[in-house]
Amino acid sequence: MLVNVAGKQTYAYTANRPVDTALPCIVFLHGAANDHSVWSLQSRYFAHHGWNALALDLPGHGRSEGEPLNRVEALADWLVAFLDASDIPQCCIAGHSMGSLAGLETAARYPSRVSALALIGTAVPMPVSDVLLRSSADNDHVAYEMINAFAHSPRAQLGGNRVPGAWMLGANMRLMERSAPGLLHADFTACNAYARGMEAASDVKCPVLLVLGQRDQMTPPRGAKQVAGNFSDARTVVLEGSGHSLMSEQPDAVLDALIGFLSSAQPTPA
Amino acid sequence: MATPKSYRLDTLGLHAGQQPDKEFGARAQPIYFTTSYVFPDTDHAASLFNMERAGHVYSRISNPTNSALEERIAALEGGVGAVATASGQAALHLAIATLMDAGSHVVASGSLYGGSHNLLRYTLPRFGIETTFVSPRDIDAFRAAIRPNTRLVFAETLGNPGLDVLDVPRVAELAHGAGLPLLVDSTFTTPYLMRPFEHGADLIFHSATKFLGGHGVAIGGLLVDGGSFDWDKSGRFPTLTEPYEGFHGMVFTEESTTAAFLLRARREGIRDFGACMSPMNAFQIMQGMETLGPRMQRHMENTRAVVNFLDASDAVSRVVYPELPSHPDHDLAARLLPRGCGAVFSFELKGGRDAGRRFIESLRIFSHLANVGDAKSLVIHPATTTHYRMDAAALRDAGISEGTVRLSIGLEDAADLIEDLSRALRASQKA
Repeated sequence: MLVNVAGKQTYAYTANRPVDTALPCIVFLHGAANDHSVWSLQSRYFAHHGWNALALDLPGHGRSEGEPLNRVEALADWLVAFLDASDIPQCCIAGHSMGSLAGLETAARYPSRVSALALIGTAVPMPVSDVLLRSSADNDHVAYEMINAFAHSPRAQLGGNRVPGAWMLGANMRLMERSAPGLLHADFTACNAYARGMEAASDVKCPVLLVLGQRDQMTPPRGAKQVAGNFSDARTVVLEGSGHSLMSEQPDAVLDALIGFLSSAQPTPA
Repeated sequence: MATPKSYRLDTLGLHAGQQPDKEFGARAQPIYFTTSYVFPDTDHAASLFNMERAGHVYSRISNPTNSALEERIAALEGGVGAVATASGQAALHLAIATLMDAGSHVVASGSLYGGSHNLLRYTLPRFGIETTFVSPRDIDAFRAAIRPNTRLVFAETLGNPGLDVLDVPRVAELAHGAGLPLLVDSTFTTPYLMRPFEHGADLIFHSATKFLGGHGVAIGGLLVDGGSFDWDKSGRFPTLTEPYEGFHGMVFTEESTTAAFLLRARREGIRDFGACMSPMNAFQIMQGMETLGPRMQRHMENTRAVVNFLDASDAVSRVVYPELPSHPDHDLAARLLPRGCGAVFSFELKGGRDAGRRFIESLRIFSHLANVGDAKSLVIHPATTTHYRMDAAALRDAGISEGTVRLSIGLEDAADLIEDLSRALRASQKA
């Protein structure tokens, strides 16, 4: 569905279902140079299991209009504006990578709007290497190549996932290549500059789930260890063998982690 | 920091799509010879049916062995995924049926495999899909043939049997300019010789029966999606951009930004037309693909030796091979096919039909049969076999005459092949 947020059309994948105000909401936030489709399996599951599932295209990404936002704080403000425009008073958030930081900041600054927070492939802080910042600033294709190399586990570099016939390295590359010039750099700038993550974690009131990839080179599990201790109510699931692209490398494990978390963190939907 | 490298072709050919078996540690790809898959519970079953979880339901739609093969060809081609089909013909039909309805139109090269020509020329018109055939060398003709109802531009990377080299970048550019995808049949080139997505093609299909398998024991096709074509922007593909009642109102381009075509192909075409690949065939084709690189290298070495031998023979009036300066696509081939122009080519024997008969019947190593891309060397007379349905004009358009002999050069010792050909050429010229 399309939602007008501050004059810009914003796309939310809902598995072709209208928002039902009687149902709880879960909002999925993608990472850098990605879009809603990285959540296709997980969001589709929730949409057909008693939830309003909204997998967003962040500003400037996928089908959403607007310039990409290069500050996590701005992403949080934008997300709340989206919730307002969609008449969603409260939601659960599942965010991946950059999307996890946006979810964290939103839960910290707008606690009444977030009932549960799932951080997938996260690290706080989330520094981005100089070479990636430089190459993305130059719109150099090598930035995408580095991401593909670092965002997938050694096992995933050869495929063998459970989605029939899908070559996930190729799919991720094509998805990133659809980005407008400057988009990846804006996303990396947001991740790299976000300095108040540890403080924000202390302000989060809702239950938190961290889903981490054991072989993640982009956001290694050690990068989430300290922040996990700053939440008042957090649990961590480490997916053995997974790299940073957890939703494509281990789609069912991510889904099962979310189902388990939300079944206890959120009242069972009617 | 050095540029990160993805695995190269020979490595991907051996490994892509396959993980060592978790249950027993089998190194080879297991053959999942099963029609169906036990569901752990009813919710899991419903989620599989509704594309909420990854996995397999029924082997007509997907199978773990086939899936490994599909990933492997997608990796070798640099695509986003693939669908395995019962044959190369099934792959071509699946591509067309996924993209268009009755009332649509295809612009296709006139230099096609006879089976593809039959489908487009005679069969699809019965279902309301028309095709205009053009010379693959005439870029303007492609452009001129495009109509408002055109939905696809289609050609072979190496035309059959004249080895017309398709100028993939230029044809892709004109197709894209008209909001159309370019589908190429890359059977003769394989990803070893050309990766068409890197030149602008949008969809690739293979008769995996040929060089990919290489052994001549299994029929199969592979349809690969490059993932770059913007179906929404084109606005000509409602099968991908509008809700599909046959799958809960799914809009495929919203469901998958990069693999909408493949989703529809699997969720409709394979499901409903049912031209799926047997997992045994998938296993056999994978076995072939493990050695694709080394085999193609040898195919090229042997082909060059045979081409040079025939080109110097007094019994031969013409050898049609793009690496020869006499071929009209020589320069284009040097640019697009630097590793070689395939192992299938034709030549004109002096003496016409009778000389052709004596030649073929005198060969000892070359097998006379209707296939190409085998590890064994093959020979055929196109005018009486693969292209026999074509009338004289269509044959001429395809660059075939009664004296045309087509060879598929295998992996034997090149010296033995040349001795066999030498003997048969001598026999062919005895009146």
